[in-house]
Amino acid sequence: MCTTCGCGDSELVPVELHEKILAGNDRTARHNREHFQAAGVLALNLMGSPGAGKTAVLEATSRAAAARGWRCGAVSADLATDNDAVRLQKAGIPSRAITTGQACHLDAELVHDALHDFPWKEMDVFFIENVGNLVCPAIYDLGQAANVVVLSVTEGEDKPLKYPVMFKAADLVLLTKCDLIPHLDVDLAKVHDALARVMPRPRVLEVSARTGAGIDAWIGWLADLRGSMQRTDGRAAPHAHDHAHHHAHDHDHEHGHEHVHADGTRHSHR
Amino acid sequence: MHEYALIQALVSRVEAEAARRSATRVARLSVRVGEMAGVDPELFQTAYDTFRAGTICEEATLTLTRVPARWSCPRCRSAIARGAVLRCPACEVPAQLEPDSDALTLDAIEMEVP
Repeated sequence: MCTTCGCGDSELVPVELHEKILAGNDRTARHNREHFQAAGVLALNLMGSPGAGKTAVLEATSRAAAARGWRCGAVSADLATDNDAVRLQKAGIPSRAITTGQACHLDAELVHDALHDFPWKEMDVFFIENVGNLVCPAIYDLGQAANVVVLSVTEGEDKPLKYPVMFKAADLVLLTKCDLIPHLDVDLAKVHDALARVMPRPRVLEVSARTGAGIDAWIGWLADLRGSMQRTDGRAAPHAHDHAHHHAHDHDHEHGHEHVHADGTRHSHR
Repeated sequence: MHEYALIQALVSRVEAEAARRSATRVARLSVRVGEMAGVDPELFQTAYDTFRAGTICEEATLTLTRVPARWSCPRCRSAIARGAVLRCPACEVPAQLEPDSDALTLDAIEMEVP
């Protein structure tokens, strides 16, 4: 009621919130992340356009990961089919399909629901293969330790410039189908240049799922990430940044700055 | 087209706040959208206009504040030119995104309370 004159009219009240619209998703993502961390499972969010080679990379990863004794698992999101999950299953990666229907991206809730009837705790590395899409999945935290964006050499050198939000979110870019380079007019230097204009810390690995080239480097990257996760277990969320980076910034106490980790959490160093 | 999903989250949040304060009507929503938020402001507005029918936001105006993407050097603070490599040429350190460049926040709700 209007309290100033007692006229009995209702009044307009401004309510200041300054709250993230995705706050609900971020809460569920934190919950997922706590689960993954407690169980020592390295969870990765694999994104990229349809046909970039997300499933093929995982098929190629399966053998190399098995050689290291890692147990891999995956959930694979698709609008309409479970083809990708079937492919991964055949390649030796226990998988479950998440059929998203109309949704163009995974959110933390969908991932959480998928975990309920999947033995994810028994995994060392757990891949969340997102919907093929370079736009929508970028802003949804799922609880992953790192974002991996798959970009094929057939997609055009300027893709990163066209989809900066997706590539800014990437902790690693896997440049796939590199065996096709001799047959294409693609200039890899231009791809790397485009990535440096959208990623402050560009980390790119050139791979071919077909020939196996670069897969060792990718497995090495995963191994480093697993190592850092074990070291920080119970104290901080696993993240993709190398430790040299952190130490470099420790000298900057007088210059306050904030940065965002792979898991979407922000830290201020002052 | 995740704008529809975002509007759903936005309207549910407004409904919860309105219920908490026993509001009879919501008059205005203020949302901040950074250029790096991954949201198309026009599509966001269209999604809102479609989705608000039948909700407490039916008559509420949506005011969008757009924030351009700005990168700068964390050390010397100088701005990185638009489209340039995201690294300070002088300090040779990775650039950082200025706060709000990727904001997607519900800043305020104007509601009518009895």
